[in-house]
Amino acid sequence: MSDMMKDPMVLRQLIMDHYQYPRNRGLSTDEGYQQIHMDSESCIDDIMVQAKIEDGVLVDIRFDGVACTISTASTSMMGELLKGKKINEAKMVIDEYFKMIENESHDEELLAEAIAFSNVYKQPNRIKCATIGWNAIKTLIDKGDSNEKR
Amino acid sequence: MFDVNKVRKDFSILNKADQKLIYLDSGATSLKPQCVIDVVSDYYTNYPANIHRGDYDISLKASELYDKARLNIADFINASAAETVFTSGATAALNLVAYQFGMKYVIEGDVILTTESEHASSILPWFLVAKAKKAMIEYIPLTSEGAVSITKFKKAMHERVKIVVTTHVSNVVGYISPIKEMASIAHEHGAYIVVDGAQSVPHMPVDVKELDVDFLAFSGHKMLGPTGVGILYGKKVLLNEMDPLFYGGGSNARFDRCGNLTLKQTPDKFEAGTPAIEGILGLSAAIDYLKQLGMKNVMRHEEELRTYLLEKLAKIDNVIVYNPHTEGGIIALNVKDIFSQDTAAYLNHHHIAVRAGNHCAKILKDVIETTDTIRCSFYIYNTKEEIDEFVSVLQEVTIENCVNLII
Repeated sequence: MSDMMKDPMVLRQLIMDHYQYPRNRGLSTDEGYQQIHMDSESCIDDIMVQAKIEDGVLVDIRFDGVACTISTASTSMMGELLKGKKINEAKMVIDEYFKMIENESHDEELLAEAIAFSNVYKQPNRIKCATIGWNAIKTLIDKGDSNEKR
Repeated sequence: MFDVNKVRKDFSILNKADQKLIYLDSGATSLKPQCVIDVVSDYYTNYPANIHRGDYDISLKASELYDKARLNIADFINASAAETVFTSGATAALNLVAYQFGMKYVIEGDVILTTESEHASSILPWFLVAKAKKAMIEYIPLTSEGAVSITKFKKAMHERVKIVVTTHVSNVVGYISPIKEMASIAHEHGAYIVVDGAQSVPHMPVDVKELDVDFLAFSGHKMLGPTGVGILYGKKVLLNEMDPLFYGGGSNARFDRCGNLTLKQTPDKFEAGTPAIEGILGLSAAIDYLKQLGMKNVMRHEEELRTYLLEKLAKIDNVIVYNPHTEGGIIALNVKDIFSQDTAAYLNHHHIAVRAGNHCAKILKDVIETTDTIRCSFYIYNTKEEIDEFVSVLQEVTIENCVNLII
């Protein structure tokens, strides 16, 4: 991990950049996407997350909706980080992200930019915001797994 | 005379050396003065008996104070004790009317006329009634700031309307609905009017006889009282017609093995089971406190704060106010280009408590054209100095500063 990623200025810029220019924003009408509406987590955030899974690979991730800075930026980063990964690799990254959010030891290399949220645990009321997109992708992957088993 | 500095001395949470608090969320729940806390504690410490059950001193004392509390609470809205039903809150009270009055009298083809600014607790029970009875929900169009105007209400009213369901003061935008005129027009059309008074009774004089409403619901915890207590006021003839929602101890006069049952009179028939005795005693103490301040003074104090805040906000350009002509102690705003929850988190960092979101009134967003707001709501203990600080912190709210809190 480069020292740059320990610089609060850099982390702040990263979060702001993902908030102001969210990646993978806008939903697809392609039938190959599974989607989940995350609107019950809190009174406020209301986002839709889509994932296209082909041959065990997260080919694409998309999202849209109304959400705060933390929700938007963390979901945007999630998409960038997991897109193109095999499902089992993505699951490892997701596990590490949740460890980080719980302030447990975690693999910083694997989380890359997403370590910008490593101090969210200090603001417990924002944990839901920092995990809404990650919970969405986790649910979509689990759903894909159980469909396969069936 | 109303003296805010004297009032503040009664709220120990506002006087802690190690914990600063600017509480601007009284619309959610109010802080509690020491006299209310003392009454609750006194009950548990000195006469913790059930009511109307025991022939011994502490139960007799509890029963006597409980009955007096009901009279006191009833008197506060100019009702009689028989018309004042204790529930667990305004939500339970509004549900009670919908299920036990609405379900009985609404028939297929009837219309339930309501507003787009209703709180979930006011409107959701009626969605169920409408579905069960094949009745229709219609909305009185609001003004662009979310207020109910009597002209628009008159136009929306018609002969098929059976029930008018309306908030007295909107919990999001603070407008006061013209309840007295609405009740009179509803009655001319043979309709009943159910009023959600959760945001009005704590903040202004409310007289159910003068307003001539059929039902009025409110919560104790928003008016300095403990949580877990609400009131359903209903006209006696209507309460007499209603069946209880719950059956059990305390609400029946007699029953036998064949299932013959004689219920007590209202309000007792609605109050099966042991009530929140300490909460009701606490609410009565809260009402004594408010009566001593005078509800007109309470209203005037909030008016002063509101005017002061609106004047200050008009001078800064990074804040949007959604209800600049509001009449109550509620201001809905946003910092430009900042999501409400980010602003709320930044305010919290400066020990300022506000509510962010859509405030359980999820239809209103289409009227005021924003999905969520910061709601600042005042009460008797707020000061101009607190507003100065609120405005000064609002001016510091930027995306950078909001993001800084989490890195």
